Amino acid sequence: MATDYIITTEELTKRFNDFTAVDHISFYVNKGEIFGFLGANGAGKTTAMRMLCGLSLPTSGKATIAGFDVYKQTENIKRSIGYMSQKFSLYEDLTVRENIRFYGGIYGKSNAFIKEKTNWLLQQLNLQDEADKLVGSLPLGWKQKLAFSVAIFHEPQIVFLDEPTGGVDPVTRREFWNLIYEAAATGITVFVTTHYMDEAEYCNRVSIMVDGRIDALDTPVALKEKFNAATMDEVFLQLARKATRIDN
Amino acid sequence: MRTLRFLLQKEFRQIFRDKSILRVIFMMPAMQLLILPWAADYEVKNINLVVVDHDRSTYTQQLISKITASGYFRLDKYTASYKDAMHEIENDDADIILEIPASFEKDLVKESSANLFMAVNAINGAKAGLGASYLQSIIHDYNNGIRAQWIQLPRFNTETTVDVTYSNWFNPLMNYKFFMVPGILVMLVTMVGSFLAAMNIVKEKEIGTIEQINVTPVKKYHFILGKLIPFWILGLIILSIGLLIAYVAYGIIPAGSFFTIYVFAACYLLAVLGLGLLVSTYSNTQQQAMLFSFFLMMIFVLLSGLYTPISSMPQWAQYITKFNPVAYFIEVMRMVVLKGSSLSDISKNIFIVLGFAVVLNIWAVVSYRKRA
Repeated sequence: MATDYIITTEELTKRFNDFTAVDHISFYVNKGEIFGFLGANGAGKTTAMRMLCGLSLPTSGKATIAGFDVYKQTENIKRSIGYMSQKFSLYEDLTVRENIRFYGGIYGKSNAFIKEKTNWLLQQLNLQDEADKLVGSLPLGWKQKLAFSVAIFHEPQIVFLDEPTGGVDPVTRREFWNLIYEAAATGITVFVTTHYMDEAEYCNRVSIMVDGRIDALDTPVALKEKFNAATMDEVFLQLARKATRIDN
Repeated sequence: MRTLRFLLQKEFRQIFRDKSILRVIFMMPAMQLLILPWAADYEVKNINLVVVDHDRSTYTQQLISKITASGYFRLDKYTASYKDAMHEIENDDADIILEIPASFEKDLVKESSANLFMAVNAINGAKAGLGASYLQSIIHDYNNGIRAQWIQLPRFNTETTVDVTYSNWFNPLMNYKFFMVPGILVMLVTMVGSFLAAMNIVKEKEIGTIEQINVTPVKKYHFILGKLIPFWILGLIILSIGLLIAYVAYGIIPAGSFFTIYVFAACYLLAVLGLGLLVSTYSNTQQQAMLFSFFLMMIFVLLSGLYTPISSMPQWAQYITKFNPVAYFIEVMRMVVLKGSSLSDISKNIFIVLGFAVVLNIWAVVSYRKRA
């Protein structure tokens, strides 16, 4: 397997009793790429992502993350990735600075590294004045940007983003994507799920999941051409309508 | 080790920032220890007595004043009709009826024996039982008094009487506070050790931060230790506050050493923390954890020997108390505080509680793994 693939999966499957959430998916992600992982609600995106992060074990199939096996080397995987879940998951009762310090610390970063990078980050996010305020008191858009920055604070090779911009206003969404581009420019691979089709256009390549399978995977331009559509929205609708699973 | 330090720092920050937890930690022991021991008292007082007096003689007057002078009884009604008295019982205004027959004085003087009738409202079992026996002993006393007045000549009583004098070892004044306070303190330590810890872990599940921790290289045992150590310390702090209140408010100084109490409490907390961890692995929301804890707590309290002696429970219930860690701590507290027992006296309890700690924690960690 070529070494410039940072994520590879082969027939990766997850079954819950008789329900197949993820159905034999095979794909790869290039190093440094922004990879859009699309699909309707209940298509199996989050389940697939949880397997790739080492949060749940696959039922069958193979997958490697940064060269580590998802069955046996989950500890190595955890060191190599950042993860931002659908739910906001910084500690609201800790301050901005304390959250950064905590997550930096549990990834084993030195105090000097944490201190220096915290100052740089606060400046980057324009949060210097809020550094000692409780995270719970920040507006949602700021929280999401902070959560993303914390997810890549320890300089992982890949960052997984699960619907990072849900409920965020368009201006903040644009700012958020600027952060993603900056991260990608430093060589971090970005694996992102979203329901916003304009965001899909920002990705290098996009996969679309329907009923647990990957039905399409290519660059946004190529996909639009293939499905004879003007926008990613149309591509998505054509594919998602075929879904037979009931949205829960 | 460094990871653990970060986890502990975070945990303590959160605990000391949460006003409601602080209130639970500092106010709860104070309130419970200052109020409960006064209310949870076994001594039955203010028993409402209805006297149905068909005789209305000097002797009945003497008897009644002797009864009311004891301090345990309150004369609710003095009547000539049993129906009236029964009515009081039915309304729950009276606890005991004492019926004195019309010929009471006559029988007593002529035949030197008389009959009394006592009817007890047994809705409140403890009050009925104790009240009846208090009343019996007062009447017995009254009887002896009369006999002493009459039988003066034959210098030596032909009837043998056995009189029992007694002393209360380890709690000479039978002060119930000495008995209740250590027990209530145990309940407090148990609640903090197990249920605050459980709620705290479940809260992280609820808000989703536990998932964030799960994708970091933080090891399971780091996370668990990071949760258990702060509550272990909090448990010991509560114990200290409680012992201080027991001394200041009730003048209770353990007859044994503080060292013995702390050694046992340290082991005991390991067991209840394991229980808290177990509760947290089986609940997904704080509500579930609350209800489950509430259920466990009820059983623990009622089967702990705090309010009712274990030795008077039915055999099957006594077997259940063997699986109740709270019962062991209450026993130890009473032994050390009242009797002055030493570490070697309570070593059996220490081993049992450590056994609980091992089993509960292993069970919790195994089921935590499965669910994560």
